[in-house]
Parts: sequence; structure tokens; C-alpha cells
Amino acid sequence: MVGIKLRQDLLEQLEKVRSLVRTHGNPLREVYLDLENSGLVFEEALAALHEAYRIHGNPSITHRPGWRALEVMLEAELGLMDLIGAGGGEVVFTHSGTEANNLAIMGLAKASRGRRKIIVSQIEHLSVKFPAERLQEHGFKLVEIPVDEEGFIDLDHLADQVDDNTLMVSIAAVNHEIGVVQDLRAIAEVVKDKSPEAIIHTDACDALGRIPLDLEHAGIDMASFSGHKIFAPKGVGALYVREDVKLEPILHGQLSSQRLWPGAENIPAIAGFTRALEIFGKNFDEYRSRMRRLRDMLIDGIFERVDDVVLNGPRGDRRAPDNVNMSFLYCEGEALTVELSLRGVYVSSGSACTSRTLEPSHVLLAIRRSYEVAHGSILMKVSPMHDEKDIEYVLEQMPEAVKRLRAISPKVVM
Amino acid sequence: MSSRIPLPYSPKVLELFRNPKNLGRMDDANAVATAGSLACGDMITMYLKIDDRAERIIDASFESYGCAANIATASLLTEMIKGKSLREAWNISWKQLSDELGGLPPIKYHCGVLAVGALRRAIRAYYRGRAKPDWLPDELTPDEKHALEEEELMKILAKRISEGGRNSH
Repeated sequence: MVGIKLRQDLLEQLEKVRSLVRTHGNPLREVYLDLENSGLVFEEALAALHEAYRIHGNPSITHRPGWRALEVMLEAELGLMDLIGAGGGEVVFTHSGTEANNLAIMGLAKASRGRRKIIVSQIEHLSVKFPAERLQEHGFKLVEIPVDEEGFIDLDHLADQVDDNTLMVSIAAVNHEIGVVQDLRAIAEVVKDKSPEAIIHTDACDALGRIPLDLEHAGIDMASFSGHKIFAPKGVGALYVREDVKLEPILHGQLSSQRLWPGAENIPAIAGFTRALEIFGKNFDEYRSRMRRLRDMLIDGIFERVDDVVLNGPRGDRRAPDNVNMSFLYCEGEALTVELSLRGVYVSSGSACTSRTLEPSHVLLAIRRSYEVAHGSILMKVSPMHDEKDIEYVLEQMPEAVKRLRAISPKVVM
Repeated sequence: MSSRIPLPYSPKVLELFRNPKNLGRMDDANAVATAGSLACGDMITMYLKIDDRAERIIDASFESYGCAANIATASLLTEMIKGKSLREAWNISWKQLSDELGGLPPIKYHCGVLAVGALRRAIRAYYRGRAKPDWLPDELTPDEKHALEEEELMKILAKRISEGGRNSH
């Protein structure tokens, strides 16, 4: 009987979603800027995925299809190593950036024979923050380094905290919400100066293709990447691990080509990832300046057209070229995402209502934004696949959407 | 039970978000109350026009700072209470509103409960200085308490954040 009820519940839910999509309707024009939560995809990367689906092999098996699958993985590893300026080491392919971050933190902790301190910044992605917090239950000490009002790490505070008990320091090269670009080299110098054996990990999911990366030169030991953030097909992530860094697997299972991440490799998505790496590599400068132009057009355009707006994070070259995060005061962010969706503009918000808790974005609170400002935040990311016409459309719709919600809101002075 | 994050919205919520009823300030209201705050991320002001003799709601409207569920719940509640006696309006629960909206997920409870909290506050405000009827409890009801608890919680959290900010400078 339970089975029947479960089936009925699922059918009801399914009908609800279908009906929700019908009720929403198809906007005449659509601009997808929610690249934080799910990427666009390069057509060429999708074509590479389709082609690789015809390779049926598993890279750990000794037959021709297996070797062809291995070829796909090695091409991807080489492509990634080139784009990130890696020294010696290996790339472990996972299925998402979240998995890569979990492997870096949990895998290193599991392999640790003594050091017990983990240092992260206050603005890390939840896939770094949460595993680090969980390790406290296993005898590890967690230290969170504060950031300033633009999101930059307090290097003095970091220097004070690093000691001979420090196992790892994990700080994102580019913050996923406010786009702040950290000085990785300065961070690594501070850390290695205090404790040469401390491992430095960076969540580079938002850095790849956005800023020049030279991990060897910067002194970085591990770095995480996500396929969808460079418009590869979804379902591929990667962790670069420098050769002398010892990790233990955190998943256990069937024989695989990767000791650190067992399970069937997503060969088609990895082939798409390689293609996306090539595209970003070849067009790096052009893409960067294009994204920067669109980003500034969006930020400046919103400031011109809407009052009571705050930019979260720094401006100029110290901000990722694709990131726009602005708070619309007297406007609740989740309602604004729905209002914009009805107008065909897709964004996300750091409001509490989108977080499944009563707490708004921890990143915005860490840069001392008030609850009111955090609740009104909207995150948008531009890409090389967008153009000026897309931004013009967003700039037409945004003031109208904000106006409507502000008109509904009780009049209070903040 | 599925561990999937429940769907935030029914089509009815989206429809009411798009075309809310009874929206806006009412200048000749004789009972007004607000629940929630900007810091909570949810705030509703409820305006009631009450026939003093019949103790019946002639007209109701609202203003909302909040998510789509908050706006839809307030819109629905104002529709439901028009023409009702104050006692009937008092007895409307969050659960009724949620059912009427095709089910709000548990995480949206705090959005919906604010509408009920604001309505009950407005009804209490109306009886302030008037003879209190027997059906109006002295103690706060659970829905009112929830609204109050959320406001208090946010005050504490906001204070903690601002102190944390100062300490790290």
C-alpha cells in the first residue's frame, strides 16, 4: 500500500510541475543568466559528447574501446593541465565541482597523519564549507578567515592562524557569488612561509576561463574545477592534485581507471569538457574582454535605471569578468527571481527564501551586508555566448520588475 | 519519503503572484497590523475595514515584502476574509491557506504563517479599547507566536552579525 501511495504522490508532484510550467508560459524572449547554478553549453562541446557516446569502452579495461576511452581521459587531463599552468601531478575526474571539493578536503583529512587544523575563508562555496565543518566531528579544528567588505582575505589574520598543526588552507580563487579575485600567490606565500608542509587547495570552479591561472607559479597544491562553468556538458568535475600530495579515496567500489574516484567515468562529458577547454584556451583574451564589457554594461545600466541598488563585491579587474551581484533594496530577492522569470530573464538570489533555511547567503553576511541587503540580492553571470542585445533586454525588464515589487511592499524606512 | 527538496510552488501560487487580489494600502481601514520585518525577508501589512455593528469584515487589503508564496498567501487570505465575521476570520489557519494553495512545502511555512499572524494582530488591534469578545483568547495563538518568534530570531541573528562584523575589524 505504501508503494501505491508513493506512486500517487509522485504523480501529483509531476502534474504540479507540469502545470506550473504551463501556467508560467513561454516568454517571447529569454536570457539565461543563472550560470551559477547551471551552465549553458557550447554546441561544439555537445557535438564532442555525442561523438564520444559511440566509444563504449571503460578506460580501465584492456580492449580497443577501453583504450579509446582512456585516450579521451588523457586528452582532457592534458587540456586542463595546460590551461591551469599545472606542474607535476594528476587530474582526478569527478562528476561535479562539489565532488572535487569534497575529495580534496575529506580525502586529505583521511590521509593526514597528525595535522589537525583546516583553514577556509568565510565566503567559501558550501561544498568546501560543509565538508570542513563535518570534519570537526572527527577531531579536526576549523578556522574561518574573515574577509573585508569587498570579499578579500585578511592576509594578516591568515598568517596568524597558520602553524605546524595546519593540514590545509582552502580559499577559492574566484568567489562564486561576488566574483572577488583573490591573490593566490600572496596567499600561498603567507601559508608556506609559516608552514611549508600545509597543503593549499583552491576551489577554481569560477576561475577557469575567467582569470589567468598559473597554479605551479602560484604555489597551489590542489584545485577543483567544474565542467558546466566552462559550458561543457553537465556531469564532469575535476580535481588537480600535485604529485607529492597524499589523498585517500572517500568512495570505494568497482575497479576503475582512477584510484581516487571509483565508478564509471563519464567519458562523453569528459570529451565535451576537453572541447570546452580548447575553446576557452583559444579565445581566452577575447572572451575575457567580451564578458567584462557585458558585465560593466549590466552593472552601469542597472545603476542608471534603478535607485537604491548596491553592488556586492569589488569592481574592475579585481572582480571576475562574468560576475554581477547586486542588491535591490525594498525588494525581496526570491520574488524578484520569479518576477524576472515571468519576463524571460533567469537569475538567482541570495535571499533566505531561496536557501531552504531562514538564513540568507553566508557570503553576503561575511562582507557585512545587512539581512535586508542580502535578502534583496540578485546574482547574474554573463558569458561569451551572450551579446549586447541580451543585456539590453535585461536592462529593459529589470526596472519594471523592481518597480512592481517595490509598489507591493509596505512603505518603511530602512 | 523522498529526500528531494520539495517544490516551492503550485500553479496557483504563481497565478496569485502574477495577479494578486486586494493589493495596496487602504486609507480608510479601521484595523491595521504588520507582521515580520525586512530583516526576516518577509513582511506583511494587513488592512481591514470592519463594520462596527456587525463586527464583520467589509474590505481587506495587504502590502507584502516577501517571496512569491508570501504574496500568494496574503492575496488568498484577504479574499477569504471579505464578508466574514471577525470571529470566522480569526479561525482561519495557515493549514487552510496552504491546502487552498495546493500545498505549501514546510520550508515556506514561515512565509504563510506571517499572513495569519498579521491578520490576527489586526483583529487584536481592532478590539483594543473595545469590549473584548469571549472567543478572542488572551494568550497568543501558535500562529501568532510563530510570527513573533521569527521576528525575535532575526533580531538576535542580525545583532550577532553586526557584532561579528565589528569584532573582525
